[in-house]
Amino acid sequence: MPKLVRRGIEVEEQFTWVDEINPAEGLPTGAIWVPLVSWLNHHAACLAHSAPVGVYLQPEEDPALLLPTLQQVSAIAVCFPAFHDGRGYSTARLLRERYGYTGELRAVGDIGQDQAYYLAQVGFDSFAPHDETRVAGVLRGLQDFSDGYQSTWARPLPYFLRRHEKP
Amino acid sequence: MYQYDEFDRRVVRERVAQFRDQTRRFLAGELSEDEFRVLRLQNGLYIQRHAPMLRVAIPYGVLSSRQLRELAGIARDFDRGYGHFTTRQNIQFNWVELPKVPDILERLAEVDLHAIQTSGNCIRNTTTDVFAGVAADEFVDPRPWCEIIRQWSTLHPEFAFLPRKFKIAVAGSAQDRAATFVHDIGLHMQRNAAGEIGFKVIVGGGLGRTPMIGDVVREFLPAPHLLTYLDAVLRVYNRFGRRDNKYKARIKILVKAMTVAAFAAKVEEEWAHLKDGPATLTAEEIQRVAQAFVVPQYETFTQPDAAFQTALTEVPAFARWVKRNTHLHKQQGYRAAILSLKATGQAPGDLDADRMEKVAEWAQQWSFGEIRVSHEQNLVLPHVAERDLFTLWQAADAVGLAHPNAGLLTDIICCPGGDFCSLANAKSIPVAEAIQHRFADLDYLFDLGDIALNISGCMNACGHHHVGNIGVLGVDKNGEEWYQITLGGHQGPDASLGKVIGPSFARAAMPDVIEKIIQVYVERREPEERFLDTFRRIGIDVFKERVYAKAS
Repeated sequence: MPKLVRRGIEVEEQFTWVDEINPAEGLPTGAIWVPLVSWLNHHAACLAHSAPVGVYLQPEEDPALLLPTLQQVSAIAVCFPAFHDGRGYSTARLLRERYGYTGELRAVGDIGQDQAYYLAQVGFDSFAPHDETRVAGVLRGLQDFSDGYQSTWARPLPYFLRRHEKP
Repeated sequence: MYQYDEFDRRVVRERVAQFRDQTRRFLAGELSEDEFRVLRLQNGLYIQRHAPMLRVAIPYGVLSSRQLRELAGIARDFDRGYGHFTTRQNIQFNWVELPKVPDILERLAEVDLHAIQTSGNCIRNTTTDVFAGVAADEFVDPRPWCEIIRQWSTLHPEFAFLPRKFKIAVAGSAQDRAATFVHDIGLHMQRNAAGEIGFKVIVGGGLGRTPMIGDVVREFLPAPHLLTYLDAVLRVYNRFGRRDNKYKARIKILVKAMTVAAFAAKVEEEWAHLKDGPATLTAEEIQRVAQAFVVPQYETFTQPDAAFQTALTEVPAFARWVKRNTHLHKQQGYRAAILSLKATGQAPGDLDADRMEKVAEWAQQWSFGEIRVSHEQNLVLPHVAERDLFTLWQAADAVGLAHPNAGLLTDIICCPGGDFCSLANAKSIPVAEAIQHRFADLDYLFDLGDIALNISGCMNACGHHHVGNIGVLGVDKNGEEWYQITLGGHQGPDASLGKVIGPSFARAAMPDVIEKIIQVYVERREPEERFLDTFRRIGIDVFKERVYAKAS
């Protein structure tokens, strides 16, 4: 099983990744990740599935499409085909801050130590680098900064509103 | 000046540590060239023709004497004893060694400087009017707002991997000396009828391959909403800006593709969700930052300084320098003094360590320890008493920093060009030098008055050639360096992009060509008419005919 970081610790992937589903043939057994389009098109089949179903989004996909069924997904993943494509950061903030999603939100793909901190700030709580050897780096990268100026999902109050708090 | 507190320092220190580790992993082979490129660029580190180049941020162009001394020390210890001030109010070191960059960053951090986001596809250093806070014609001091933007943009987690670079400029006076119409976002400080501070928001300007004048997307943004609105603009850009073609990835392309009205509507829709959220600025925070920009303890001068007046009449060279190189000040009896880095024979914007230290010393003595970097690539001492100007002038003149050419034809804005930059198609520094040699007669230059001549060595337009009254662009023609000329560019509230005059010229022909253009101006100008105004009145054809006329 591939390794990943989930809520700060290294774990093994429990879900199977599925490129598309065909309800006539039945869904693969066990927990599965399905693309957004499958989730939307075969929603009943996904709900009827005996194990958890997570939905993954490509960078260009609008997270608003998940809004009506947000409470039904077991987890959401956002794909990063290239680490310098930053669209997924906005996707995460929308899901968390605007749509109120509270479940697992996973960053998947070309991510590693140097993205981990930013990813965690915008709302990701699990990280699955395509290259498993980066898992240890992700855990280190989460510690790169102890604080920041901005209002983020992880730290809603910007520093200027916390300036007078005692550390 | 804004003073870092422990929090600001901690952010910079943690970034230095992060970059030290990234450099280590790259040198150990744990990070690929491609991976490291994006990371090092976000810290201002380029690989150039001869060596890596490190660009250090000078937030909105404001430096203390202490910081400038440290920059001199770095130039000496890690470079070849000089630095290059850029058109974005930063400084570049052209000869650093990659493994030593983390040490340089550590030295910078000791004086509250850094190289964060001085390159890469992220929010860059915010720029402003070099005379911010002192200009007589200013209605709101833009510096506190620049600092608020600096903090917001520093390591913003959502916007570290934008489609392309992103530049913000803020202007606080009607003159707009910050070229706000050619930035990704330009902010004009305003006061509404009720006297409240806010911003006119201009989006989608830019130079480079597809130069554009920005469009107003919001006439008045009340100041407390600055950051939530910026978040909205950046989010729309981050999500919808093109990523398939780097030449079409700037926000200006998105704005044009969507139309300004549709883009503005999209931003408003996004902002409706963010408005009044936690990033809304509080009166307390605005006040805290504004207080950092305290008015110095100016002396009160009730009448003009007699010795200054005498020197003006008796020393023509001094009078000339005062006329060209000092700027009117809010405070009676004070001036902002421009130290020209454009003496003939020196690369525009370059300054050696010894003279950096001299400038730091003069600033301490006569300008409350403060120095500004202008986007015209000169240094400015923002608060000099008229009484002290003569002594300053003598000291500057002794080391070649009192060239009285601010705003004149030889005050050339110029990128490093093919001598240093690996992106350049052509050299720019030798062209600047040849033109400066041709126009060496100061009386003549004075008579010509304000003419902005800007040179870029390639389409990326770091030399801002599109907004030069005379713009020069280096182009590659079958492996040879040629130069295309544009006329009529201008930065300011009535910004315009230069028009191409015709086919390009060989480098050797450039001084002659510029001379012909100037001749047309001299023949056709009306009394007191600037080059730009003559051009706007008579049009490009007259110039074209002269420049391309067959020798008879």
